[in-house]
Amino acid sequence: MSHEYVPEIAVDRDGKEHEVQGWQGDFYGGKLGFWLFMLTEVMMFGAMFLVLTYYFSLHPADFLEASSELNVLLGGTNTVVLLISALTMGLGLLKMRNGDIAGAKLMIWATIILALLFLGIKAVEWTNEYQHGVFLGLDALQSGNEHSKPFGQILFFGMYFTMTGLHGFHIIIGIGLMLWLLKRINAGKVSTEHHILHFNIALYWDLVHLIWVFVFPYFYMIGAGDVVGGVINAH
Amino acid sequence: MSKTYFDETHCAIGHPKSTFMQWMLTVDHKRIGLMYAAVIFTFFFVAVAVAFTLRLELFAPGQQFLDPNTYNQVFTLHGVIMVFLFIIPGIPAVFGNIVMPLMIGAKDVSFPRLNWFTFWLYIFGALIALSSLWTGNGFADTGWTFYAPYSLNTDTNVITTLVAAFVLGMASILTGLNFIVTIHRLRAPGMDFFKMPLFVWGIYATAWIQLLATPVVGITLVLAILEKTFGIGIFDPAKGGDPILFEHLFWIYSHPAVYLMILPAFGIMSEIIPAFSRREVFGYRTIALSSAAIAGIGYLVWGHHLFTSGMSDIAKVIFSFLTFLVAIPTGIKFYDWVATMYKGKIILSVPMLWALGTMITFVIGGLTGVTIAMVGPDIHLQDTYYTVAHFHYAMLGGVVFLFFAGLHYWFPLVTGKMYPEGKAKIAFYLNFIGFNVLWFPMFIAGYQGMPRRYFDYLPEFEIYHQVAFFGAVIFISGLVYMFYVLIKAWKNGEPSGTNPWNATTLEWHLPTSPPPLENHTKVPYVDFRPYEYHHGEPVVKFDLKTMKRID
Repeated sequence: MSHEYVPEIAVDRDGKEHEVQGWQGDFYGGKLGFWLFMLTEVMMFGAMFLVLTYYFSLHPADFLEASSELNVLLGGTNTVVLLISALTMGLGLLKMRNGDIAGAKLMIWATIILALLFLGIKAVEWTNEYQHGVFLGLDALQSGNEHSKPFGQILFFGMYFTMTGLHGFHIIIGIGLMLWLLKRINAGKVSTEHHILHFNIALYWDLVHLIWVFVFPYFYMIGAGDVVGGVINAH
Repeated sequence: MSKTYFDETHCAIGHPKSTFMQWMLTVDHKRIGLMYAAVIFTFFFVAVAVAFTLRLELFAPGQQFLDPNTYNQVFTLHGVIMVFLFIIPGIPAVFGNIVMPLMIGAKDVSFPRLNWFTFWLYIFGALIALSSLWTGNGFADTGWTFYAPYSLNTDTNVITTLVAAFVLGMASILTGLNFIVTIHRLRAPGMDFFKMPLFVWGIYATAWIQLLATPVVGITLVLAILEKTFGIGIFDPAKGGDPILFEHLFWIYSHPAVYLMILPAFGIMSEIIPAFSRREVFGYRTIALSSAAIAGIGYLVWGHHLFTSGMSDIAKVIFSFLTFLVAIPTGIKFYDWVATMYKGKIILSVPMLWALGTMITFVIGGLTGVTIAMVGPDIHLQDTYYTVAHFHYAMLGGVVFLFFAGLHYWFPLVTGKMYPEGKAKIAFYLNFIGFNVLWFPMFIAGYQGMPRRYFDYLPEFEIYHQVAFFGAVIFISGLVYMFYVLIKAWKNGEPSGTNPWNATTLEWHLPTSPPPLENHTKVPYVDFRPYEYHHGEPVVKFDLKTMKRID
């Protein structure tokens, strides 16, 4: 399948020639395919945001209360880390397009390191929460015992661990993809002329950071202000 | 003799010598479609056999040989196999793969290796689903819809089945993605969207549903899995979760999935009707756009599954009204097909018989669907045999019948052989009669109050169950006979030639029969509409060596 592809020519009745698009080396097709795949990710996280919004509308006070327990500093740092990683990813793609392969590889490594930093901070956060007794499966998030949190908070934390967990899973996949990309670059399979793989992984990374840009305010910031006291507690 | 796609292939990894490994690793869209067909129809027969055990149990009131819990698992198995393994992948995986690239003059789909991967992802999902038969506490007993909270509490193997459905959903998404890009990028020069054959339009609309709706059910299943393993509380009323939310999220996908099944089937109908009426299709644009309209409206109607689950009256009325709207583009299609046949030179070959039979059964299925889309009657008919009969008329009498129509229509294309017309006609009549005897009594039983998914019933319903049983026997004999005839014809049939039906679309202008590895010898320039007939003869003729028009 690696043979050089020569586009075929179709001739119409007036003798005019038309180039036939083959599936081989179809940069635009590869781009379109990956955009469509990104659309499925949006639909997937979109459904979770729908669930989140629905329960927020049922338990606004509980949600703000639970949100205020999250560590905004760590979450905020992670947001900055991820935004910078999106920058390095984009710069890497620009360098690849301009023929600076070494620079592109450097930027991909920088992105990987930032991604690992993100996961590290996330791990610290989850550990802290675990030590405070708030984690999936612990008493606080089960119903009907003395540590049980109110319904709204159980749902908030349930969605928090689900969504940040799935987002973290996407980060891990992203790191794997970038390592694969580096291998392909080293093997000469990805180059300035043929960089669809780099383009699509950059697109993926953009989506991963974009999802976080929505996850962060919805979980960390809604309760961050001094609003908790101002809301009448529903329970 | 020149080589066909049975003789040579491209492979995903390397190029193994053994024929078996060449099939396992093939990236050729025709071979992949054929392998899908083999697996999908195997599952179809398994699910038919499973359903027949249900019919046997229901032959008389009281317990025969299945206990109630096993009965629940058996109808779940029937539903899961039929829905996730047979009818959802069904037509797109088989004919979308085999025929769609041929129809648009492409050498293959846009991502052949992804196509290969998708096929194995499907097999992987199927294996997970089947593995839950023998592991854990037995197969799920929830019905194929996995409604919370019961699915969260039952100790049967629901998680495995959910994982399987998720994996199969992924395969479905990737197939849809591949087809959308293929249709956008690989059409032969000159073929704009309104010169595409209508089957391609059906596949295109389907692919968008696969792409946009499947992720929603995917994440719903993931949430249900997390609920069962970690207790996140989302669907669990004990933690403040809302089980009805599960129903909403589930049907946001699974209702469009119904149109995902029927749209490619309508596409097959739109191919067969003009080819066997020898007449250009009536209202090409309206058929094409009504596919898109059905796909669009299909997203907005899921609430009609929840009329009895607890929903505001306003929402019920809106969902009911939106559901009626689906009947409009569907009606447009039917009138277009009838108008195509008007003054046509109708040839009652086997594919045409199946198509005409479907016109009867699907109209029954469709119109009974409109009655249960009304809020009032639905309160009475929800979860009765009326509903069961309705969706079997629409799915089996619509989608599967048209699948069989396509099977007969494209059989000579795929195999290069022709089946015996007379025997195939007998098979059709057996199926058609058996089908109606099997399902029609259920409308009456359901209307009188026979609930679905019950393993026992009141004595006054006995007559309907027994008539249905005899229908099932005729129907299953018909199915077995049909496949027997086709398989035998594949082995010993007469060579069919490249265009046995005098059809006009590009898949009938291949140099050999069955087609060669990379399809058309040259990609043609398309400056004609897909179904041009003049006095019952195809207008466009090609020199199959150069793919230049010679008419």
